[in-house]
Amino acid sequence: MSEFAPTVFPAGARVRVRLDWPEQRGPAHIRTPHYVRGREGTVLRPLGRFANPEDLAFAREAAILPLYHVRFEQRALWPEATEGDEVVVEIFGPWLETA
Amino acid sequence: MPEEDAARPRAHHDLGGVAQYLCEPVDQSAHSLTDFDREVDALRQVLGQKGIMTVDELRRGIEAIPEAEYLRLGYYQRWLRSITAILLEKGVVGEAELAAALAVEQ
Amino acid sequence: MNLSGQENDRLLAALRGLLAAKNLVSTAEIAERIAATDRASPAQGAAMVARAWTDAAFRARLLADGARAAEEFGIMMRGAPPLGVLENVPGLHHLVVCTLCSCYPRAVLGYPPFWYKSVAYRARAVRDPRGVLAEWGTTLPEGTRIRVVDSTADYRWMVLPRRPDGTEGWDEAALAALVREGDMVGVTQPRLP
Repeated sequence: MSEFAPTVFPAGARVRVRLDWPEQRGPAHIRTPHYVRGREGTVLRPLGRFANPEDLAFAREAAILPLYHVRFEQRALWPEATEGDEVVVEIFGPWLETA
Repeated sequence: MPEEDAARPRAHHDLGGVAQYLCEPVDQSAHSLTDFDREVDALRQVLGQKGIMTVDELRRGIEAIPEAEYLRLGYYQRWLRSITAILLEKGVVGEAELAAALAVEQ
Repeated sequence: MNLSGQENDRLLAALRGLLAAKNLVSTAEIAERIAATDRASPAQGAAMVARAWTDAAFRARLLADGARAAEEFGIMMRGAPPLGVLENVPGLHHLVVCTLCSCYPRAVLGYPPFWYKSVAYRARAVRDPRGVLAEWGTTLPEGTRIRVVDSTADYRWMVLPRRPDGTEGWDEAALAALVREGDMVGVTQPRLP
């Protein structure tokens, strides 16, 4: 993932979080919560660039990655949610693709 | 394992929205920190400032604690468990010298 | 290793002894860190909130860059994560959680409270925010959307709550005294005593 050439997502971009479970393949440290994987959301705003925690957690040289604030309709995550409520999550660029 | 968990193989620390806890009330009571808690917290900060271990290494070490232990241990007990594992893994301290130091503290 | 409370104390003492003997971490450095960490408390965040309620220019600076605004209060933010400030407005209420661990804006609010670190809060806040707010006795005006902010990465998030009605003309100190820890996480809202 650290060699990924990042797409830049502007505020308002529709994105999908990759449906991937690296923790099933071996030791991993993942900051993308399970409940947004495979889900679609909207970029609220880019938050800047930060060292990849997936590398930092193993004391590896860390790629500097774009980080986004991504908004999800709660209804899209859980059917019982109240219409209009939202969840906003910080997600690193390589986890996102254009929806 | 509930069906939704089987379809989404989360790690056990990845707790957002997990069905089995949805009916559990939040314990709002105040818990004051002990000296142990403050010391572990400060130790982690100093290790971070000195570049000996990162906060992400701390988290990885916490996440590696098996689920039953993770749920049983106190918050800073998890931290200490992780700090110890990471320092041993990186060779900052050795197994033998730690065992010897523990024997002295007996 | 399966350690009891006493065994945890022993392990901590053993580790600290080894790290001191290796000149990596001294007793004085630990004591200094504890003192510095203990100095941070919700009173700092409350002072920032009260300033934001009474000074529109500060409010704008706080929303644009929380860390820089905190430094105006003498809070040491160098080395701390960026601070994002989430403004509650009519129709939109924010609630902060860290579902993966316990990320918290410690530099401005101090140690996270016990409940913030609990499994129940971490599991429920993101999925049942209205149920969580109800446990705190917090009711929102009808039609208010809730935006839960899951603190998953490099930012730390603090809520700028709404100023209660009936506080017109109050000075900053009186306003700050109304603001509690939970108001800046979003489980509660400031109210008159």
